[in-house]
Amino acid sequence: MGFYKNLSIRQKQIVWAWAFLALPVVFYVVIRFYPTGNAVLISFQDWNLLGDRTWAGAENYLKLWHDPVFWKVFRNTFAYLIIGTPVSLVISFVIAYHLDKLRFMHGFLRMLYFLPFMTSAVAMAWVWRWFYQPVPIGLFNNFLAAVGIPQIEFLRSTTNALPAILAPAVWAGLGFQVIIFMAGLRAIPKSYYEAARIDGVPWWTVLFEITIPLLKPTIVFIVVFSSIGFLRIFDHVFNMTTNDPGGPLNSTKPLVLMIYQSAFTDFDMGYAAAQTVVLFLILLLVSLLQLRILRDR
Amino acid sequence: MNALRNWAMAAAASAAALFAGAANAVEIEYWQYFFDARVAAMEQLIENFEAANPDITVTMTHFPYADYRTKVAAAIPAGEGPDVVQLFYGWLNDYVEAELIQPLPTDAFPPSMIEEEFFPMVQAMKRGDAYMALPTAVRSLALFYNERLFDEAGIDGPPETLDELVEIAKKLTKRDAAGNITQVGITAGMNAQDHHWWREVLVRQFGGDPYMDDYRTVNYNSDAGFKALEFYLGLARDHGVTAFGFMDEPQAAFKAGRAGMHIDGSFRIGSLNKTRGLKWGVTELPAGPDGTRSNYSSYWVNGITTKATGEKYDAAVKFMAYVTSDEAMQIWLDVVGELPAKPSVGMTEANANDEVFGPFIRGLAYANTTKFANESGQRQILMDMVQRVDIEGQPLGASLDEAAVAEQALLDEYYN
Repeated sequence: MGFYKNLSIRQKQIVWAWAFLALPVVFYVVIRFYPTGNAVLISFQDWNLLGDRTWAGAENYLKLWHDPVFWKVFRNTFAYLIIGTPVSLVISFVIAYHLDKLRFMHGFLRMLYFLPFMTSAVAMAWVWRWFYQPVPIGLFNNFLAAVGIPQIEFLRSTTNALPAILAPAVWAGLGFQVIIFMAGLRAIPKSYYEAARIDGVPWWTVLFEITIPLLKPTIVFIVVFSSIGFLRIFDHVFNMTTNDPGGPLNSTKPLVLMIYQSAFTDFDMGYAAAQTVVLFLILLLVSLLQLRILRDR
Repeated sequence: MNALRNWAMAAAASAAALFAGAANAVEIEYWQYFFDARVAAMEQLIENFEAANPDITVTMTHFPYADYRTKVAAAIPAGEGPDVVQLFYGWLNDYVEAELIQPLPTDAFPPSMIEEEFFPMVQAMKRGDAYMALPTAVRSLALFYNERLFDEAGIDGPPETLDELVEIAKKLTKRDAAGNITQVGITAGMNAQDHHWWREVLVRQFGGDPYMDDYRTVNYNSDAGFKALEFYLGLARDHGVTAFGFMDEPQAAFKAGRAGMHIDGSFRIGSLNKTRGLKWGVTELPAGPDGTRSNYSSYWVNGITTKATGEKYDAAVKFMAYVTSDEAMQIWLDVVGELPAKPSVGMTEANANDEVFGPFIRGLAYANTTKFANESGQRQILMDMVQRVDIEGQPLGASLDEAAVAEQALLDEYYN
């Protein structure tokens, strides 16, 4: 107690600050950093969850490098990212831009856009899965058949399945992005627009010279946030393809699903951990790259 | 005053009864995966067992099938899991090697008695001089058919051979004006039970042997395997009596009355019985071109985990003895529709000639049990084999060879 009494006020403040910080720090160490470190450790081991862990060296990483499925999955993961992020960004901006100008039923429309974001991804994926079925139960194909157009194989196709799964995933994330964009639009000072109107510049100049440059922090946030989301896509893919997870022929399998299968159907924990480490590095790299590219000069 | 005294005495008496009960009771935990009928059957078994052994309480916990294996695998090493656990026969090796289940005591379960009483496929559960686990029930495949659709198409009875199967399926198939299939003659999908049908039944019926060296070497990349695959894919491609992925899942199509025939396991009986408006029959799997019959049989076993010690161990042994008794097997058959693991129960006059269970029980006589290293992995390989031909148009032989190479690599990694 004597020790505490001898501290200056500033030192006491520091002690208290750390006392309050201790909880989140301990939480992070136990819940985040310890498992992360353990995953890196397991990636160099052989473990089937039941027996002992044995050292395997870099074997898991070598296996990964030579696994054609991994490279297929790697391409799929980036396909989700490269198609998903720009498409959802453009759509959500267009919606937010116009919704911002709209007064009539503004709240109701905003709610409609936000609703899918609040819906359970599992329920949504199953409903879309049934939409995509062939005749006689699929909504889309029944419609096509009714107007005399040949059926489209949505999910049982190596080319159509990935976009078919991506569509509801984009739709589900839209509400959140629209709300963030609208907050960004509201934060732009009115005086810029007033100045532009006095100068009589056309609307596209306003859009490209004022609105979009001033929205940059919002765009950076949404790009980083949705990129991480698409790199980690799982629920939609798994639930729409439970008969053949990530299929047909691995054409829709993202990295997270491959990790899940290695761990919980093949019980190859070391291999799954090695994939997790790779995913971690990809996420880190993509995020750093985007922050650098989109950073203010 | 009197009422109050009575109340106090009653309270004291019931409290005493409660504590007396708690003091003697041994509680053991039992785990299985969730399947309506299995849970109902086990509840009935536990009730009977507790009535006979008032000092033992059995608590059952169940999980969805998809999570079951992971939960068991994570819980037992952590000492959190069950005392008696239900495992798929194909997982036994991993559990024995990891020392998570203990051998059944030979005084209560003498190997000679087990070998005499149980169907021979159960011998795969023996390690050294003792049995590690025992099944209550076994399962096999049969051909379900929709009686209403058969009547409508004017078909007398179910097919006896593969040729008849194709002919009957043609009569049952319906298409809309645009040629889209709206009712299949027979369901198809390697994701359901068809991979067993192809592996253990069709390959053998076309004169092959799917594996060698105790299921460690793939052998279906042969002439017989090619013919078997040609027949299977031909159902959709040449005869047009089915479509892969029709109504999402084969059993869904059959339940909805949109499929004339459907190959499935005995475990499906319970859920088909609950489907309103469906009139179905069941028959043995059709014979091959030369009359060969074959079937696939698998089973779930119950074993005692290493967590059970002392009085819990004794209670677990008693419980094991009950769930492998003739009485338990009959209950399991009546409630779940899974076949008794002992001929003494299965081959009774009533059971073997039963309209529903008969075809499955007769199938057991010529059934084969695949020794899987990784069932879902090996199923995936056959699923991909079919899809490469069906979706990507790969030549049949090339796809078959690719599947054989992939499965051999999987087996080599597991056994070496």
